[in-house]
Amino acid sequence: MAVLIDKNTRLIVQGLTGREGTFHAKAAAAYGTNVVGGVTPGKGGTTHEGWPVFNTVQEAVEKAGANASVIFVPPPFAADAIMESADAGLPLVVCITEGIPTLDMMRATTFLTSHPKTRLIGPNCPGVISAGLGKAGIIPGHICREGSIGIVSKSGTLTYEAIHQLSRLGLGQTTCIGIGGDPLIGTSHIDALKLFADDPATEAVIMIGEIGGSAEEEAAAWIKENFKKPVVAFIAGQTAPPGRRMGHAGAIISGGSGAASDKMAALTAAGVTVVKSPADMGTAMKQLLGK
Amino acid sequence: MKIHEYQAKAILAKYGVPVPRGEVAFNATEAGDIARRLGGSIVVVKAQIHAGGRGKGGGVKLAKSPDEAEAIARQMIGMTLVTHQTGPEGRVVGRVLIEEGLQMERELYLSIVLDRSAGKPVIMASAAGGMDIEEVAAATPEKIHKVHIEPGVGFVPFQARQLGFAMGLAGAQVNKLVKLVGSLYDAFVATDAAMVEINPLVVTAAGDLLALDAKVNFDDNALYRHQDIRDLRDLGEEDPLEIEASKFSLNYIHLDGNIGCMVNGAGLAMATMDIIKLAGGEPANFLDVGGGANAEQIRNAFKILMSDKNVKAVLINIFGGILRCDVLAQGVIAAVKELGVPVPIVIRMEGTNVEEGKRLLRESGMNFATADSMGEAATKVVELAG
Repeated sequence: MAVLIDKNTRLIVQGLTGREGTFHAKAAAAYGTNVVGGVTPGKGGTTHEGWPVFNTVQEAVEKAGANASVIFVPPPFAADAIMESADAGLPLVVCITEGIPTLDMMRATTFLTSHPKTRLIGPNCPGVISAGLGKAGIIPGHICREGSIGIVSKSGTLTYEAIHQLSRLGLGQTTCIGIGGDPLIGTSHIDALKLFADDPATEAVIMIGEIGGSAEEEAAAWIKENFKKPVVAFIAGQTAPPGRRMGHAGAIISGGSGAASDKMAALTAAGVTVVKSPADMGTAMKQLLGK
Repeated sequence: MKIHEYQAKAILAKYGVPVPRGEVAFNATEAGDIARRLGGSIVVVKAQIHAGGRGKGGGVKLAKSPDEAEAIARQMIGMTLVTHQTGPEGRVVGRVLIEEGLQMERELYLSIVLDRSAGKPVIMASAAGGMDIEEVAAATPEKIHKVHIEPGVGFVPFQARQLGFAMGLAGAQVNKLVKLVGSLYDAFVATDAAMVEINPLVVTAAGDLLALDAKVNFDDNALYRHQDIRDLRDLGEEDPLEIEASKFSLNYIHLDGNIGCMVNGAGLAMATMDIIKLAGGEPANFLDVGGGANAEQIRNAFKILMSDKNVKAVLINIFGGILRCDVLAQGVIAAVKELGVPVPIVIRMEGTNVEEGKRLLRESGMNFATADSMGEAATKVVELAG
């Protein structure tokens, strides 16, 4: 068992014919994912690397039975691609694209509120991988092993680091979800934790946050009230200089400073095992599970 | 991206926000001429730097005549202004804004930013304007009034009326505020701003509302569609190494320590800084070479790191997913051969083809230290940096 991606996933790649799209479609297929085609407007009716290419997502749903999409289109067109997938009724849309303008994303997230059947992961994220089952995104499959730990993370390569530490210690994963570090994202830490709460195969969770915003504090409050499984957390940016990348007025909104120390304190108070060093995520989990 | 106050005011004025009359001067003579054009009475000379707190640092001065404005500008242009936002090194003033003096009755605060939690823009207003708004928010949060804008609908007049009456404005001023907030939201959307802030928004003796100070920050991801805004960039306000790094599309932030870091991915780059500090060292920078870095980017990154004379050792921490470790190793070896890096280098790499990558490093004949984990890498590099 796992969440979001499994053997029933029928994945299409929006932007299949581009360099990134092609590379990662092949990697996903090699990992065992059922990739059923791609969407590139204007290239419908052709094939690419053996996959059928469609003009619209709607067509990919009708003709190839797609039920999930991964987006590799350039930033100016990515929000449009997200909305098209939601309009076609896909339950899962994973947007890898980095650099989407915030106001474009605001339109997309507003659009999604009237398409509640669609779950968006990202944007600006490494995507989702269910160990041994399949993947939508760019997380390397060979570092994963099957097991019982779920991972939810704002960061890309730091997620790989966590997976690698776990695998090296013999702790496999159910599903690893990169939710992205942008100001506006489709799936929050809390949303991902809810999925893991309902997944009997997931025994414990590693949660990786970053400075900025207040998503980690909100997750801490939710964990305290609702989440019964063990959680290990790491917050990146403990030593980042204040004020360098954060708008002052934005910090007021969060009701806190967005600083790592606040997030770590909130998580600790919620009963989460917070590690100071990114090198300790795996060992802390092993200790917590008594394995 | 940040811009100067006078540029922010020009943008806001274009969308209908009332601002005081004024012009920018790059030298004292220009400053005097502008003061004369403004009518010859009291003007304000304001240093233009990308940091707040200018008044307390001596960067905002009243002049009673054009001659005095010229004298103040002569002294201000070229001076190093230190405020609580510039850090102790301060910023050199390159230009000043000469603006008409105003009789003001009240100072308010007004801004629009994205509320990440709500996923909507929020308008914030306060009767406690002219002060550091973060202090107001910390000490008296009840003095800050907020309304969210529905993205599908846009600004609706009642929202500004709520804010106006909450700040204790009279009816006539509330109507002016409605118009002003509408203009401010238009500017926010049209320019892809990350933040528009007016502090203070003044009520003049004549009962008018004017943006006495203004700050606009832009969403870097949207700059591709705003050539006019990109043209406003003032390279004099930016760190020279950061400018150089941006030419190579490297995400680099210059810091004070002596351990240069080269990492792929922003989260891992921050985590690497964290672990260096935990090991007792000080990172010299944040540097994300990107998820799909190639040999060329590695070389560019080395150039930037070696331009920082404080760097005594380098830590490379790469988790190769798409980027293969053997390709990374070749890139590092080539860069070091070409550039002649004179400081110790600790390499920690993991992921695809890691064994081949390590073999290449070992057989290169160069003096690389390698590490199998982030913890080991941090300990080694801190030791080597001395």
